[in-house]
Amino acid sequence: MDGAWGAVAVYGVVSKNDLIERRFGMIISIASGKGGTGKTTVATNLARSMGCNVQLLDCDVEEPNAHLFIHPSFEETEPFFMPVPEVNETRCTFCGKCADICQFKAIAVVNEHVLVFEELCHGCGGCWEVCPVGAIQEGRRKLGVIQRGQSNGIEFIHGRLRVGEAMSPPLIKKVRSFENPDKLTIIDAPPGTSCPVIASMKDTDFVLLVTEPTPFGLHDLKLAVGATQILDIPLGLVINRSDLGDDRVRKYALQRRLPILMEIPFDRQIAEAYSRGEMLVDVIPQWKDRFLRLYDQIQHLSKHQTLNTKYQTQRPSLTARIW
Amino acid sequence: MKELIVISGKGGTGKTSLIASFASLAESKILCDADVDAADLHLLMDPHISIRADFKSGHIANIDRNKCSECGLCLDLCKFSAISNDFKVNPIDCEGCGVCVYFCPEKAIDFPENTCGQWFYAETRFGPMVHARLGIAEENSGKLVTFVRQESKRLADKKDLDLILTDGPPGVGCPVIASIGGASAVLIVAEPTLSGIHDMERVVQLANHFNVPAMLCVNKFDLNYDLTLDIEHFAKDEGMSCLGRIPFDPIFTEAMVKGQTLIEYNRESKAGHAVKEIWNALSNKLNL
Repeated sequence: MDGAWGAVAVYGVVSKNDLIERRFGMIISIASGKGGTGKTTVATNLARSMGCNVQLLDCDVEEPNAHLFIHPSFEETEPFFMPVPEVNETRCTFCGKCADICQFKAIAVVNEHVLVFEELCHGCGGCWEVCPVGAIQEGRRKLGVIQRGQSNGIEFIHGRLRVGEAMSPPLIKKVRSFENPDKLTIIDAPPGTSCPVIASMKDTDFVLLVTEPTPFGLHDLKLAVGATQILDIPLGLVINRSDLGDDRVRKYALQRRLPILMEIPFDRQIAEAYSRGEMLVDVIPQWKDRFLRLYDQIQHLSKHQTLNTKYQTQRPSLTARIW
Repeated sequence: MKELIVISGKGGTGKTSLIASFASLAESKILCDADVDAADLHLLMDPHISIRADFKSGHIANIDRNKCSECGLCLDLCKFSAISNDFKVNPIDCEGCGVCVYFCPEKAIDFPENTCGQWFYAETRFGPMVHARLGIAEENSGKLVTFVRQESKRLADKKDLDLILTDGPPGVGCPVIASIGGASAVLIVAEPTLSGIHDMERVVQLANHFNVPAMLCVNKFDLNYDLTLDIEHFAKDEGMSCLGRIPFDPIFTEAMVKGQTLIEYNRESKAGHAVKEIWNALSNKLNL
């Protein structure tokens, strides 16, 4: 078996037993709550440090950035569509059942015409299932494109949402459909805590939350921790620009027993290199070892953290759904 | 009444710090936080909340196991794989389309309305503010954004205020689209990084797509002069006004730690002056 695990074994961290357990690969999602904390920096540098047998999936389909650092040569670009109703008015009896079943006001029957508002459609298929005369077919609308390529042994995949399109989760799911169980999969998630983030974190083995030690960073970190709890995924923190701001993020981490796996201090050299699209591990090569150690810790925690009970966190928000 | 939305495409470029500074400088205004996913403006505004209400939108399916005959029709129909093989609905995956509810032969599926967030009306030292919090993992962020904007408009009308200052979300998707439609103008906060430019270009396309007049300013301009010039040239080519440059300065973080706006914390700093210049240019553009 060759896989990311082989790469780790080179560094003498993983025992033979671990290699057997790691047969199915591992998926790490990198998320943050607040935007601009350094998700893409961590995702790209981790991928580059791991070298081969890694895939990097940029799931921030609204604003994908990882390719600006990884410079993949894109071999394939394919459009991605989602289902929408296509109405044949000659068959239609204008009974209005399609408009009744649609929860999203995406189809309406007005004066012997059926109006479809494609941008509101979630593609549930209710209208064509309910149509008694078969006047509605499954059509499609373009959500964006999926691009796939390679860069120095990293398999790279991202989605680009069409500008003006609101529905990102189906495109994120499509990017994730390329997850390869034989490889280490690193997911660069979008900011926030709503459906696009959940689509990027769901069913991953570990969530790495990148934060900054500021009041905004802390506030949004708490929301992101809440999201990982709902999904019941082990997590760890990376504190970026760790020497700016205050101590409250560290205190929070200590109190909730959230492991801080890496701190990246603010360094103008790093910020300027970032602005030019240069990778941290290329500018300051010592960081490569730190990213490898980060991975070792993730691997350890993903196996040994007891889900949920380990964190002494409370219900994250009154309105959050927890089952 | 004018409505200004601050957006950026990329997160972390300084939208909220800038809006908070404008709050210090603007006179007759209401503040609105349309980043309902990760609202932060209230952390600098110290709001005294006078109204707090649930925001209900959409529905979630719920199977009554006593009535369910396990025929499997719902499993076949659900396009979102939200129903497990033992006939439980996963509320995170459920889109609330109601297809299973409609077709269930046993009428075993409930479809209660979903509380997907909370919204707040508050008084701050800078005047009234409306903000919200979308529940974690919830959908309908666009609807909550629309609601928060409508509520701000209603209050601005009632109180006869001239300006709605709105902090927008990052990205170009659902909540951003809901934030900018019909606004008087958007101010895009760009940063001179390759990511910042990439994302700024997409958000400019979005503003054009929805015919919202866009203006631009560059934050952290001294991190990369060449890219700052590129942004300014891009703005010129697009016919957008570039209102100014703000230097990179840790005092933004220091002000945030103190819970203050930059103007309150140090209005005479270089960054403070830059923000004031941008505000003056903006007031002229909006005829305030």
